[in-house]
Amino acid sequence: MAVGPRVLEAAGLPGPGRQSRLREWWEQEHIFGYGLIVPAIVLLVALVAFPFGMAIYFSLSDYWVGSPGAFVGVTNYRAILSSETFRQTVQNSFVFTGVALTLKIVLGVWLAMLLSRSLPFKRIIRGIVLLPFVIPTALSTLAWLWMFDSLYSVVNWTAIRVHLISAPGPNWLGQSEYAMVAVIAVNVWRGLPFFAITVLAGLMAVPKEFHEAAEVDGASSWGRFWHVTLPLIKPVLGVVILFSTIFTFGDFNIVQVLTRGGPINTTHLFATLAYQVGLQGGNLGQGAAISLFIFPLLALVVFFQLRYVRKE
Amino acid sequence: MATARSRGARIRSNVFAYANLAPYVFFVLFPFYFMVVTSFKSNAELYNLKSIPFWATRVITDHYSYLFFRTDFVIWIKNSLIVGLTATSISLVISILAGYSLARLRFRGAGSFGTAVFITYLVPPTLLFLPLSQVVNWLGLSDSIWALIVTYPTFLVPFSTWLLMGYFRTVPREVEECALVDGASRMQTLTRIVLPMAVPGIVCAALFGFTLCWNEFIYALTFISQTANKTAVVGVTADLIRGDIFYWGSLMAGAVLASVPIVICYVFFLDYYVSGLTAGAVKG
Repeated sequence: MAVGPRVLEAAGLPGPGRQSRLREWWEQEHIFGYGLIVPAIVLLVALVAFPFGMAIYFSLSDYWVGSPGAFVGVTNYRAILSSETFRQTVQNSFVFTGVALTLKIVLGVWLAMLLSRSLPFKRIIRGIVLLPFVIPTALSTLAWLWMFDSLYSVVNWTAIRVHLISAPGPNWLGQSEYAMVAVIAVNVWRGLPFFAITVLAGLMAVPKEFHEAAEVDGASSWGRFWHVTLPLIKPVLGVVILFSTIFTFGDFNIVQVLTRGGPINTTHLFATLAYQVGLQGGNLGQGAAISLFIFPLLALVVFFQLRYVRKE
Repeated sequence: MATARSRGARIRSNVFAYANLAPYVFFVLFPFYFMVVTSFKSNAELYNLKSIPFWATRVITDHYSYLFFRTDFVIWIKNSLIVGLTATSISLVISILAGYSLARLRFRGAGSFGTAVFITYLVPPTLLFLPLSQVVNWLGLSDSIWALIVTYPTFLVPFSTWLLMGYFRTVPREVEECALVDGASRMQTLTRIVLPMAVPGIVCAALFGFTLCWNEFIYALTFISQTANKTAVVGVTADLIRGDIFYWGSLMAGAVLASVPIVICYVFFLDYYVSGLTAGAVKG
């Protein structure tokens, strides 16, 4: 056992100075451990936990930009829940998340399976697939905005030329159903890489013998996928789905750039509506209440993630 | 005979894979291609329904010179660089300390702190932008790039900490213990022994951090209103559209140029992006 400074002092020997005692204190594993996480904790308490508390307070008060308001109880929530726009937003959010997520899962797994083969030029293809994920979403969405232009849409131009539709073609961002299709298409375009590349990593971790064994057993390719591959990538897929659920549900960039929630609120999501009400309209109380509706789903995702992570 | 058949089968299977990948590669690349083509077309050609939209009959660079000489584009790029580099560096220091502590040191509550970091990592920025805009106001930072430098670490730190924890765990414990026995302090062990071994993780966190900052939209849109203080992404998206009029040529030129720094990082460090993405992390 090492002889600490206390022991030396107790023995009447000249003790080390204050500085080295401080050093000794700092060198203890738990003190050092706590010390290192202090900056992160301060940051997360001040700029995540505290604003979250503020959001709850705002949502219960009559708070406008520039004028702190009084506590008004659930008035904001009552106003929101009885508003037609909000009900439309709830519906949009679930349609948007449900459809986009399903497409991303199915296409993502399919794409990952294709990319898992040892193809020539695999690295380049993988690089291309990941592009929509790294390029600023707001900017790539601008390109989509131009492609869906009411007059000069290249999508319509092509479809008309190949006689797929008759002129003038749909006004993509001006008609409700089409606008939702457009917003979902861009979300899938931008979110697919995350699914494909992560599931691909999961596939690569599966030992080849599994596939070979199934092949020898004479399983069909569908049966091989369903009974061998899918169970093996399930953990990775689960994490990816949970992640994507919350970030699709809380999306802002694509809708804000493409439709700003229109036409007639039919593509509004919670975040874009909160932005419109809370910032452009100045009603911080109601805006905060609207964005807090993202929270229950977040809580659910956290719950599943933690249960899952614990299981690992 | 058997090998010939299996070779034929492999070629068939590759053709099948390419045939299926081709439409997707087209789907991914077309918007970028169209962006670039549009940015080099004259207005006369852009707004002529009779012209073919897929290429430019005459390549012009007017839209680019417009960006450089008639807008604040250069300032926006400078702002984005300052914000991205500063916020990423600050976050990296905080995350290295926290990540090492949570991955390696044994103390009571380490597990719960790790969980707390993970939960904040799942919080989408769209949940908190309204109260944060008020916090930024109270701190006297509204309408300056400091508002972004202060708030970006809220999503960078949870992400980088989580990523780095994985890398720190791969450093063998014995190496650290040797250093401690040799009389190095704990801080020296971290900076001189552990950090050099975790360089790939740090590079990965730095690249991702910078990319997330550069691409961030809602905070930059919310906290800043003065044109000269905007970042590249918000400047191009919000300030090149005046009223309801879209100048598509310059808009697309701006989108192309503002994506260039990220594309450069990406081309050189593709593998880091892939490993960062698959660290089970990144918001998608």
